Amino acid sequence: MKKKLGTAVTLAALVASLSIGISATSATAASKPSLLTLTPGTLTIGTDDPAYTPWFDNNNPADGKGFESAIAYAIAKQLGYPASKVKWVKASFNTVIQPGKKSFDFDINEVSITPERAKAVDFSTGYYDVAQALITTTKSKIAKAKTLADLANAKLGASIGSTSYSTITDVIKPKVKPSVFDTNDVATAALKNGQIDGLVLDLPTAFYVAGAELSNGLIVGQFAAKAGSDQFGLVLSKGSPLTKSVSAAVDALRANGTLKALATKWLASVGGAPVLK
Amino acid sequence: MPYQPSALRLEREAARRRVSRHSTLIAIISTVVIAAVLVIVVTGAPGFKLVRQSFFSWHYAVTSFPHVLSGLWLNLRVMIIAEIFVLIFGLLIALARTSRSPILYPVRLLATIYTDIFRGLPLLLVLFLVGLGVPGLQISWITNSAVVLGTVSLILTYSAYVAEVIRAGIEAVNPAQRMAGRALGLTQSQTQRFVILPQALRKVTPPLLNDLVSLQKDSGLISVLGAIDAIRAAGIDTAQSFNFTPYVVAGALFVALTIPLTRFTDWLTRKQDRARVQQGQW
Repeated sequence: MKKKLGTAVTLAALVASLSIGISATSATAASKPSLLTLTPGTLTIGTDDPAYTPWFDNNNPADGKGFESAIAYAIAKQLGYPASKVKWVKASFNTVIQPGKKSFDFDINEVSITPERAKAVDFSTGYYDVAQALITTTKSKIAKAKTLADLANAKLGASIGSTSYSTITDVIKPKVKPSVFDTNDVATAALKNGQIDGLVLDLPTAFYVAGAELSNGLIVGQFAAKAGSDQFGLVLSKGSPLTKSVSAAVDALRANGTLKALATKWLASVGGAPVLK
Repeated sequence: MPYQPSALRLEREAARRRVSRHSTLIAIISTVVIAAVLVIVVTGAPGFKLVRQSFFSWHYAVTSFPHVLSGLWLNLRVMIIAEIFVLIFGLLIALARTSRSPILYPVRLLATIYTDIFRGLPLLLVLFLVGLGVPGLQISWITNSAVVLGTVSLILTYSAYVAEVIRAGIEAVNPAQRMAGRALGLTQSQTQRFVILPQALRKVTPPLLNDLVSLQKDSGLISVLGAIDAIRAAGIDTAQSFNFTPYVVAGALFVALTIPLTRFTDWLTRKQDRARVQQGQW
């Protein structure tokens, strides 16, 4: 009896120490995919449809081309998910900001971090510092604008849900009421028609639209902003268990220079633009 | 001798009062029970607190109210202008479709094609085609304004629906009325104006006002062309704060806008029913 008890106790101690050892190693190995994702073993990333250049390529987030697509795969690799374990879902802006469970682990779609928005969703640390820029056509009346005062009588446009709109209302403050569009496509069509004099977009998108989509497009300038005041961040559900790990991944990518390298690779066509004051 | 109700009458009145009190009590109990069940089911839901904060936050309702109200002003202007023109054009198209003279055949054909096309095209498509396509033609004397082009799209689409409603009313008038008008020596157009149309329009007032209420809501769709109406203003605030309460505020304002028209419809139909009964006409 005593012998059997002795063996049992030793066995139990052995099993206990083994399991503690195993869980200790798995806890420290952050590269092992043990995060509480929606689907265990798969990282589900959301983005909008259409997914715009230069953030994505050809409306296909899964091909890894485009700044945000590349960043997403880099973060997934940092978290321990190879490209084969990454799944993309379409998530419109409203489904990203609605309360309750989301259909993705995190969403990447040029969403600016603001403290007000942070009350409703979780943001990772910023992965890109955004500047807002103004584009127009060569025959527009603001083509030669140099200062904010030149824009006072311009009818400007922006997409809904973007900090571009708050740039118009807070920084430019024109006398004419701005127009707000559902998507950049409609806004660009309105600019081509002359229904708006200028369109405010973030700098990389501005370069793309002025260069590739408009035949006579030009960038009037960009707007001064404090460094780090407007950053794109990944969106997660409020109180998501992944926020810490994802933020840590972004910080690691920033520290080892990956963020800068990817920005240089995909946003290199973004040159400088004069600052409108 | 002053009127004294009989014992039987008093008994009957007392019985009626008892029954009506009984019914009122049952109605109250039923309402309270169902309301209680609904409240328990909704507030007991696990996500209720989150939904309440996201959709019914007092703070965001107050901060977004001025912006949404100023957008509603655009809705009102578009609605009133569109309603007037929709009624005029709808009537003209309906008259064109119900005309009988052979000279007017091309007009009849055009009116039929018009109603078919504009009842078939979704309003959103018409808004994009007119709102973005017409300025693309770069015709200098046509305005580029999103509000004007949006209102024109609304008028084009809703005239088709209203024309069909009025045409149904005209064709529902008893053919004997037309014959009686002609027998009295009125010309075709006089019969139409004094005999047929008043009766037709009275018949179709409820569905007509229904279409106008629908037009009130669709007046917000011109926001796809860039104009800021109540829903778009709510959308802008929602996008900045990630809170959906501005949409609830806009919804409440729209309901408040619609209620006068719906109450007016009810009152009008009740008045017409009363007049019809009095005239002995069913």
